[in-house]
Parts: sequence; C-alpha cells; structure tokens
Amino acid sequence: MSMHVTIRKRIVTADRQFALDIDFDSDSRRIAMFGPSGAGKSLTLRAIAGLLAPDSGRIVLNGRVLFDSETGVDVRPQERRVAYLFQDYALFPHLTVAQNIAFGLSQGWRNPARRALPPEAARWVDAFGLREIVNQYPIQISGGQKQRVALARALVAQPDIVLLDEPFSALDPALRTRMRAELRALQESLDVPMVVISHDPKDVEILGDHVLEIRDGRIHGGGRGRQHPPVYAPQQPAHAI
Amino acid sequence: MDGIWTPLLLSLKVAGWATLLNAVLGVAAAYGIARWRSSARDVVDAILTLPLVLPPTVLGYYLLVLVGRRGVFGAWLESIGITLVFTWQGAVLASTVVAFPLVLKSARAAFEGVDHQLENAARVLGVSETGIFFRVTLPLALRGIVAGVLLAFARALGEFGATLMIAGNLPGRTQTLSVAIYEAVQAGDDNTANLLVLVTSVTCVVLLVIAGRLVPPAARGLGDSYERRRFRRGPATR
Repeated sequence: MSMHVTIRKRIVTADRQFALDIDFDSDSRRIAMFGPSGAGKSLTLRAIAGLLAPDSGRIVLNGRVLFDSETGVDVRPQERRVAYLFQDYALFPHLTVAQNIAFGLSQGWRNPARRALPPEAARWVDAFGLREIVNQYPIQISGGQKQRVALARALVAQPDIVLLDEPFSALDPALRTRMRAELRALQESLDVPMVVISHDPKDVEILGDHVLEIRDGRIHGGGRGRQHPPVYAPQQPAHAI
Repeated sequence: MDGIWTPLLLSLKVAGWATLLNAVLGVAAAYGIARWRSSARDVVDAILTLPLVLPPTVLGYYLLVLVGRRGVFGAWLESIGITLVFTWQGAVLASTVVAFPLVLKSARAAFEGVDHQLENAARVLGVSETGIFFRVTLPLALRGIVAGVLLAFARALGEFGATLMIAGNLPGRTQTLSVAIYEAVQAGDDNTANLLVLVTSVTCVVLLVIAGRLVPPAARGLGDSYERRRFRRGPATR
C-alpha cells in the first residue's frame, strides 16, 4: 500500500474563505487523520474519492494515478476503486439491507432484486451477522447495524482502500466503544487499507498507525515522517512553545 | 347522453396525451434545472413557469403566432404534415403548455429534496450517472413527481382558454368538456351544462385527493413514508 496525496483547493463562500493545502505520503495500511471539525479532513477524503475536484495537485494510490492536474488525469469516482463510508452512512432508504449491500454488484439501470442475495454480498452479510435483517429497510435498523451495512456495502465492491468519514459520530458512547473494537478487529483480519478521519483521540489511537494531524486545511508537522507509535498531543503539539 | 360522452372522452384523450408529454418533458426540464449551476437558471425557471400566471388566452395567442398557418413555424409544420389549428392535437399542445409548470415545480422540488450524499454513495460504488438517476434519484423523487403529474392532468382536463384559441369549438372534433359547458350555457341548455359541470368537478376532486395523499404536508418528509411502512409491518427487530 502506498499513497501520495497533494491537494490544493480554495473554497470561497459568502461567509467563509478556506484554503485546503494537503501534502502527505504514506505506506501505512492504517492511516488516521484527526483534527477539529472544519479543518479540512472530510474535504481531503472527498478529493481522494473523486467527489471533490481539487484546484491542483496529484493523488496516487498504489502507483495508480487517480488525479493529476498537470497531466489532466481525473479518474471518475466510479473507477477509482475507493470505498467511502459516509458520516451518516448514506444507506439508500428505498432499498432493503440486502439490496443496499448488493448495490455495487449490479452496474445497470436496475436495482438488485428484493429477495436475491448474490454470494459476494452473502459473504459480508454473514461476516457482519446481518442475516436476520436483510429484508428490513435502513429506517428499521439500529445505528450499529447501519454502520455494519454501510461497511458491508463498501467492501462488496472489493475496493483498493476504504475511507471512513467520522465513522462513530452518529453512535452513542457505549456503542462507539464497541464499534471501534469491531473496526479494529476488521482492520486486522482484512487486507484492505483504511483511512479513518475523526476528531476523537481514542479513535486515532486505536485505528491509526500513521497519524496525520490536520488544522486549518494543512497537515500539522508536515506529514512526511511516519509516526510510530502514534504521537498524539491534542492541546500541545510536540513543537509548541 | 351523447352530448356528454363525446366531449368527456375527447377531454380525457387530450388531457392524457398532454400529461404523458409533460411527464417526460417536465421531469427532464426539472432534473436539468435542479442540477444546473448557473445564474441563468432562475430566469429559465421563470420563463418555463410563465404559463402558470399568464392568461390562457395570451398563451393561446402565442401558440397561434408560433404554430398557426401563418405562424413562425406554421409553414414548416404544414410541410411535414402537421396541422395544429382546429385539431385535437392542437388542444393537446395547449393543455401541455398550460399544465407544464405544475409538473416542473413539483418535480424540481422533489429532485432537490433528494440527498446528494446518496448519489455520491452510488457513485463510489461504481454505478454510472444514468444508473444513479434510475436507481436512486428517480425512485426517491417519484412521489413528488407523480403528485405533480396528477395535478397537471387535472389542469389539462379543465383547460379552456388556450384550447379555444388554437383548437376552436368543433363538436365531436375539438369540443372538450369545458368548451362544451361554455356552449351549453350560451345555448341555454342548462341540463347538459349541469351534468358536464358535475362530471368535471367530481373528476377533479378525485384527482386532487389522490395527489394530496401522495405529497405529505411540508412538515413530513420522505423519511416519513418509510416510517409509516415500518409501522405497517410491525416494530423493528434490533
């Protein structure tokens, strides 16, 4: 796993001006980005997934160039093989759990059949213990189940990397701890690299090897050197006066 | 009875075609406008909404200027064998134009109510833009669209002014319900007028009730329909 990301993006709205200037390399399979909300973590993740077009920069994943403003490369999100776990999970409300998980398997104009569960999807249904709720709708299931469904849906597509945007922010504290442990176990059992963003130090500690601290659209401390073990000092960065 | 059935069936035929055309054109225009990021979009939306506020006679006049025998496109239409003046197809055109904004407004609101994050989720799962439209956007906007289409049907059924201007009042050929009512009243035929008025009113009430059921009041969103489905099927198992 190797990742190179250089992104520059200016965002100007009526009440705010924001400059994103991210630059990092990593060969870690467990990258964590942390920082306060509004620091640019989600924007960075969206740019990697192809959901946000940077003004300039270069994104390379395992030697595959996904974006390069100089050569004009901009791979469509559909072809990046990058999975994205949205903060609120973004499950399709009109589709059952089974249809949600199998969504990426049918590429045509029609949604997967209500009752059918292809083997690739069934594998993840069993892995996450979702067998009992496959015919239910997202509104009918709990927060923890929603997260498992969203993860299953993302992993079915066999992505090269999974991006997780504040994966636990929609959960209550007790469930948070449990899902964090579950995700940690998943990181160990799966061969898929993950990038987790969070403003919670605990998440970073448990889920990240390479920790990138983002403040005001920039990576604090450069982001070039690997930090082993994760160095985390929320109030006083190492070089603070 | 013949004096009722002929205009009723003609009205249903005209309104049916107008609704079909609007279902396609109105939904396509609404989707385009909902996605279009340009300052010109409000101007285009305003122009397309004009038929809602302009007097139908003014619309009828515009249509005559455009597609009448001596109109801008009149000669060209005639050369390819299309005559719209004094034909039921002309009535379809009039009803389509008059009812168009009703589909446009409802469908645009429905499309704008669809969470973009869901479309992004489909995008990263590898589904093409066309696939996203048919599998995510359209199903989630469908209730609002259907409600708008029903409103358009009711409006097309009652169309009078623009229809009279372009299609005229030829019994059996272009005389729709509302035009027949006008003529019956002019001729002092109160019995026919009463019956026609009743038929039109009942049809429109039924359509409005159905449309009202499809669009929940503003306070209830799309999620509510799924909420209701949940209660119908019993509580969730957790």
